[in-house]
Amino acid sequence: MLEKGTAGGAPGGKASGPAPGADDGYDGPILGVFLAIASLLALIVAARTSDPKMQVHAFVFLAAFLIGGFALGVRHYGGLVSDKSSYMFGVVKAGVIASMFWGLAGFLVGLVIALQLAFPHFMYLPDALWENFGRLRPLHTSAVIFAFGGNVLIATSFYVVQRTTRARLWGGVAPWFVFWGYNLFIVIAATGYLMGITESREYAEPEWYADLWLTIVWVVYLAVFLGTLLKRKEPHIYVANWFYLAFIVTIAMLHIVNNLSMPVSLTESKSYSLFSGVQDALVQWWYGHNAVGFFLTAGFLAIMYYFIPKRAERPVYSYRLSIVHFWSLIFIYIWAGPHHLHYTALPEWAQTLGMTFSIMLWMPSWGGMINGLMTLSGAWDKLRTDPVLRMMVVSVAFYGMSTFEGPVMSVRAVNALSHYTDWTIGHVHSGALGWVGYISFGALYCLVPWLWKKKRLYSNALVEWHFWISTIGIVLYITSMWVSGIMQGLMWRAYDQFGFLQYSFVETVAAMHPYYIIRALGGGLFFIGATIMAYNLWRTARGDVSAREQAPAGGLAAAPAE
Amino acid sequence: MKPTYEQLSHFAQTGGLILFVIAFILVLAYALSPANRQEFEEARRIPLEDEDDNNG
Repeated sequence: MLEKGTAGGAPGGKASGPAPGADDGYDGPILGVFLAIASLLALIVAARTSDPKMQVHAFVFLAAFLIGGFALGVRHYGGLVSDKSSYMFGVVKAGVIASMFWGLAGFLVGLVIALQLAFPHFMYLPDALWENFGRLRPLHTSAVIFAFGGNVLIATSFYVVQRTTRARLWGGVAPWFVFWGYNLFIVIAATGYLMGITESREYAEPEWYADLWLTIVWVVYLAVFLGTLLKRKEPHIYVANWFYLAFIVTIAMLHIVNNLSMPVSLTESKSYSLFSGVQDALVQWWYGHNAVGFFLTAGFLAIMYYFIPKRAERPVYSYRLSIVHFWSLIFIYIWAGPHHLHYTALPEWAQTLGMTFSIMLWMPSWGGMINGLMTLSGAWDKLRTDPVLRMMVVSVAFYGMSTFEGPVMSVRAVNALSHYTDWTIGHVHSGALGWVGYISFGALYCLVPWLWKKKRLYSNALVEWHFWISTIGIVLYITSMWVSGIMQGLMWRAYDQFGFLQYSFVETVAAMHPYYIIRALGGGLFFIGATIMAYNLWRTARGDVSAREQAPAGGLAAAPAE
Repeated sequence: MKPTYEQLSHFAQTGGLILFVIAFILVLAYALSPANRQEFEEARRIPLEDEDDNNG
C-alpha cells in the first residue's frame, strides 16, 4: 500500500508514468555478441550442409542476424537510444502492423485452400509442389494461429503489461529481439512448409532448428514480461497479466516437450521425435489441445480482460470471478488433450479423464464469458453506437458458443460421430474466426488510434461494414461445416439391410461439395472484411477522418467513444 | 522398487482428485476472503485509472 501511495501520490503528474529504467545497459552488447555467434553458426551450417533446403534456411538466418547486427550498430552509434522515462510503444506499433500483415496473408491462404477443397484443380500444378494443399494447409494454420495470433498476443501483452503496471518494458532492446526473433521464426516456418520441410506434428510442424530458435525467443519473451512485472509501480498484478503469464509459461513448456527430437545431423533439416506410438500421440495432443487452451484461449482472455473494460469504460464485472476463472481454467485445460484420442490405443481411463476435464471446462469458460459480457451492464447502449465494442462482445459470445460445443464434442459417443468430419473444422473456426479473430480485431481497432495518438478511427462506418460482412462469412462457414460434418459422420456409419456400408467414401466426398463452396464463400467474406479493416487502420494511422463522419449532425450521429 | 503401471495410474487418478479439490478450495478462499475485498476492488479499476490516457 505504501508503494502505491508513493507511485500514485503526485496528482496528475508522473502518477501513471513508468518507472525510469535502471535495468538495461548491457542489453545492446549482449545482443551484439549473440548475433555474431549466431551468424557464425548459420554460416557454418550453410557451408557444410548437403541439404539444399537447409542451406536456404541457413542463409535466411544469416541474413536476419546480419541485418539485426547492423540495426543494433546504427542504434548505438547513431545515438538512437530511446527515452527511458516513457513507455515503450514502438515495439507494440510494429506488432500491430505485423499482425495485420500476417492476418491478411493467413486468411488469404485459408481462402485458397478452401477453394482447392471445393475445386480440386484450383492452383493444382503437379510439377510445382509448393502450392499443393498438403503444404498450404499448415501454412494457413500457422499463419493465422502463430503469425497473426502470436503477433497480436505479443503486441497486446507488451501494451497491457506496461499500462497496468505503470512500468516501462524491461530489458532494453530485448522486446525488439522478441518481436523480430518471433517473426523470423514465422518466416522460417512458412518457407519450410512451402519447401516441404515438416515434422508432421499438427500445429508444431517446424523442424528442430526452428523449434530451438523459437525456444530462445520465447525465454527472452518470458524474461521481458517477468522483468516488467517485477519492476511494477502498481502493487497488484492486474488479472490480464496473469492470463498473459500463464500463456507464456505454458507455451514454453508445451513447445519444449512436444518438440523433443533428435536431428539426423546438425546440418540436416530432418529430425525424429523422442517419443513413439501412443506416447507420441498423447504428447502431440497434450500439446495440440493446450495450444488451443493457452495460446488461443488464455492469451486472448487477457485481451478481453483489458480491452473490454477499457473500451466500455466500466470495470470488469467481478474481479473475484476473474480469479476463480483464471485458476480453474488453467488447472483444468491442461488435462483435456486426451479427448483427441478416443477409441485409440490410449488407455480408456485416460480417454475418460480427457473427456471429464473437457466437460468440467465448461464451467470456467462460461464463468469467463459471463464476466466479459456483464462488464457491459449499465453500458449496453454502447453496443449500438460503438461497432468496435460490439465486435468484442460478439467475440465473447462466440467464445461461449464454441466452449459449449467443445465439451459436447469431447463426449466419447458424440466424438464417434464428429471425429474426422468437418464438424471439427466448423467448431475450430467458430472459435478461431469468431472468438480469436474478433477479439483481436477489437484490440487492433482500439490500439491504432491510441498508439498513433489519433482522436478516433478513420471511419466507424467501415467498422460496421467489416463487422457485418465478416459475421455473415463466419455464419456461412460454421453452418456449412456443421451440416457437412454431421452428414459425413452419418453417411460413414450407415449400413444397408445386409450389413454392408451403404456409401463408398467417394460418395460422401461428392455429397460435401456444395458445403465446401459455401465454406469458401464464407471464408472469402471474412477475408474481404479484414481488407476493409486494414484500409481503415492505415487511414487512421495517417490521421485521416472520413469526410462523412467529420461533422456529426444532430444527436443521433455515432459519436466515437471518447 | 519400480512402480507398476497400476500404481502410477491409481496415484494419478486418486492423488490428482484430492490435490485438485484442495487447490480449488484454496482458490475459492483467496477469491472470496473478506480480507482481500478492498484489494480486488482497487485492482478492478486498474485499467481505468490510467492518467495520461491517449484513449481517444
